[in-house]
Amino acid sequence: MKIRTFAAAAAIAALAITATGCSGGTSNSGATNGGGKTLTYWASNQGTSLDNDKQVLTPELQKFQDQTGIKVNLEVIGWNDLQTRIQTAVTSGQSPDVLNIGNTWAASLQSTGAFMPFDSAAFDAIGGKAKFVKTAMDTGGVPGQDPTSVPLYGLAYGLYYNKAMFKDAGLTPPTTWEEMVADAKKLTAGSVHGMTLAAGSYTENSHFAFINAAQNGAEFFGPDGKPTFTSDGIVNGIARYLDLMQADKVVNPSNAQYDNGTQAINDFANGKAAMVLSQNNANSSIASQGMKDDAYGVVAFPAPAGGQQIATMVAGINMSIFKNTKNKDAALQFVKFMTSEATQASLDKSFAALPVLQGVTPSFTTNAEQAKTFEDIYSNKSKPLPLVAAEDQFESTVGKAMNQMFAKVASGGTVSKADIKAALTTAQQAVEAAG
Amino acid sequence: MSATTTTRKSGASAKAPRGENRKGRRAGWWLPYALLAPAVIFELVIHVIPMVTGIWMSFLKLTKMFISNWGNAPVTGLKNYQIALDFNSAVGSGLLKSFLITAAFTILVVGISWGLGMAAAVALQKSFFGRGFFRTLFLIPYALPMYAGVIAWKFMLQKDNGAINHFFFDNLGLPGDRPFWLIGNNAFWAVVIVAIWRMWPFAFLMLMAGLQSIPNDVYEASAVDGAKPLRQWSAITLPMLRPVNMVLLLVMFLWTFNDFNTPFVLFGGSNPPAGDLISFHIYNASFLTWNFGSGAAMSVLLLLFLLVVSGIYLLIMNRRKDRA
Repeated sequence: MKIRTFAAAAAIAALAITATGCSGGTSNSGATNGGGKTLTYWASNQGTSLDNDKQVLTPELQKFQDQTGIKVNLEVIGWNDLQTRIQTAVTSGQSPDVLNIGNTWAASLQSTGAFMPFDSAAFDAIGGKAKFVKTAMDTGGVPGQDPTSVPLYGLAYGLYYNKAMFKDAGLTPPTTWEEMVADAKKLTAGSVHGMTLAAGSYTENSHFAFINAAQNGAEFFGPDGKPTFTSDGIVNGIARYLDLMQADKVVNPSNAQYDNGTQAINDFANGKAAMVLSQNNANSSIASQGMKDDAYGVVAFPAPAGGQQIATMVAGINMSIFKNTKNKDAALQFVKFMTSEATQASLDKSFAALPVLQGVTPSFTTNAEQAKTFEDIYSNKSKPLPLVAAEDQFESTVGKAMNQMFAKVASGGTVSKADIKAALTTAQQAVEAAG
Repeated sequence: MSATTTTRKSGASAKAPRGENRKGRRAGWWLPYALLAPAVIFELVIHVIPMVTGIWMSFLKLTKMFISNWGNAPVTGLKNYQIALDFNSAVGSGLLKSFLITAAFTILVVGISWGLGMAAAVALQKSFFGRGFFRTLFLIPYALPMYAGVIAWKFMLQKDNGAINHFFFDNLGLPGDRPFWLIGNNAFWAVVIVAIWRMWPFAFLMLMAGLQSIPNDVYEASAVDGAKPLRQWSAITLPMLRPVNMVLLLVMFLWTFNDFNTPFVLFGGSNPPAGDLISFHIYNASFLTWNFGSGAAMSVLLLLFLLVVSGIYLLIMNRRKDRA
């Protein structure tokens, strides 16, 4: 009897120890491990799949380990989860050492105070601020403060079109919005649609809300940093984008369930759609579906006649270091390695990214014309998303509101401009309530 | 969980010293406390501390500016509650709408799950060949890991290549367009169906256990008096299952009203307005805008509502029992 009681007591005590041990946190960043240091790195999804990212990054990380003796634990995180994961990490302090962020979130994440500011010493450690392209570096954080992120991959939106379909229909690539819609209408027949959109992805939707509004000269945030979501330019811009599915009917309603860009790109690569709006990292996904490099062309996403020639936001991925990292030096070494010319050249090619380093030739495509088009879009037809603390809230509230609008259109309803304005008012109130 | 196990263990331990009375109780005086301690600690860590933290958070302006250092968040008093309860504002009206949808969802899910569970339990009450097989079969949804079950539904409910639309439109040849199930208004029915699928085996299990305790003699006696099965059910089964039903309905109500996993897995990142259940709504409200104080205030309101409903329910049921 006595033995049994003690056994029970021991079992419960053991259970208690294990359970509290669990809550203590297993993702201990920077455990010293046989002399060599370990970093935890969260990478965003840049390749065709999470696995693909892992395959591309692993050899590079191995190289880094060979050079420095620092081991990097990699986790690749999909775009639908990345923001939440970062929030959780900021809240709980259970964070990786180094991570990728969408560069549009830079100012928002900076305001949490959880990330290490790159002061001049930190910049010296990674090879100097001047090594980065200015357009890209400007996305690093709020202007006038030490940025909390540095550029890693540069991206820009382009309008991809299927050359054969355009040729068969006797069309040339569009230069205005109106031409794009007219072409898309001609190319929509049977199961083939003129365009495909990731209409269920809130990040994509918020980007196009921004770009279409920018073409109308509208701003989502006033000079004081307060949200101004309900201006006519924004409502009209979003209506124009929605009408691709609603009024022009050149987009398959099923696209309302596409919650990431790859699904739309696959439709394009498989000949189900003649055009797709995508960032230049689409190349690897298109190739993985078996579409040849010369079978498609790229032009700038056209503005309506008389509109401002904005074709993209300054898209891309930045790298940040968590302030509470125990391995600041190792983290800086890693950032230096990832933004070195050799690593950049190799990763830009695998992930089809634009260079963020000064004076580097693009390696994301062998097609010189395409490289030129994207370089032109990135440097001349781009506008950065608002560098304000509430930027991420703009993306999630406006983007998710647009998901619902597309869902409503797809399931047979109509979305009027008044509806759009109402949804934007709701989004604005949510942002204001948080601010 | 830990509470029940430990209670049982401490019961056993209480006997242990009695067996060795001669050596005196002093030697083992600490044992009951030691055995209770884990339960108390877990109760504190798992229930009390998070709840108190949540209530405390609801009075703070806990936005992303302060999230990495909670101590700095300014106290805003009742402002978070004011915003949540101002039904003219976007935040408040969203919460109210979500509340009404959740109420409808709960009534449907609990009602239908109970009906199905009861029907299946009664059908399997009498022993027949293959009863064990059916009992196992009916319990499968409950035994499956939640995520696996719901993600399978998510695939089945896809518009273009889901099994549901394939069955209705390709196999049965229904006319018309394939509907969306996971976006638009159908999302409500999708989440109701999946939640019932999850919930009814639990009702079945509890009712089946309850039915075992009804003596067969009662049925035999009533059969002699000429009672038909329906009369037997309403006059014997139902009243004798009363204690089981009382607890079962309350538990199912609480679980269903709080259901987060089903909509989260089914709809992914963005929930359609028609499937905007309240737990998920609160999660979105706090994570979309990093406004955790506001989310905490909504959670406290939900907690109060559930407490009040449960309290009233138990009060009424107990009073009726006393009268009977």
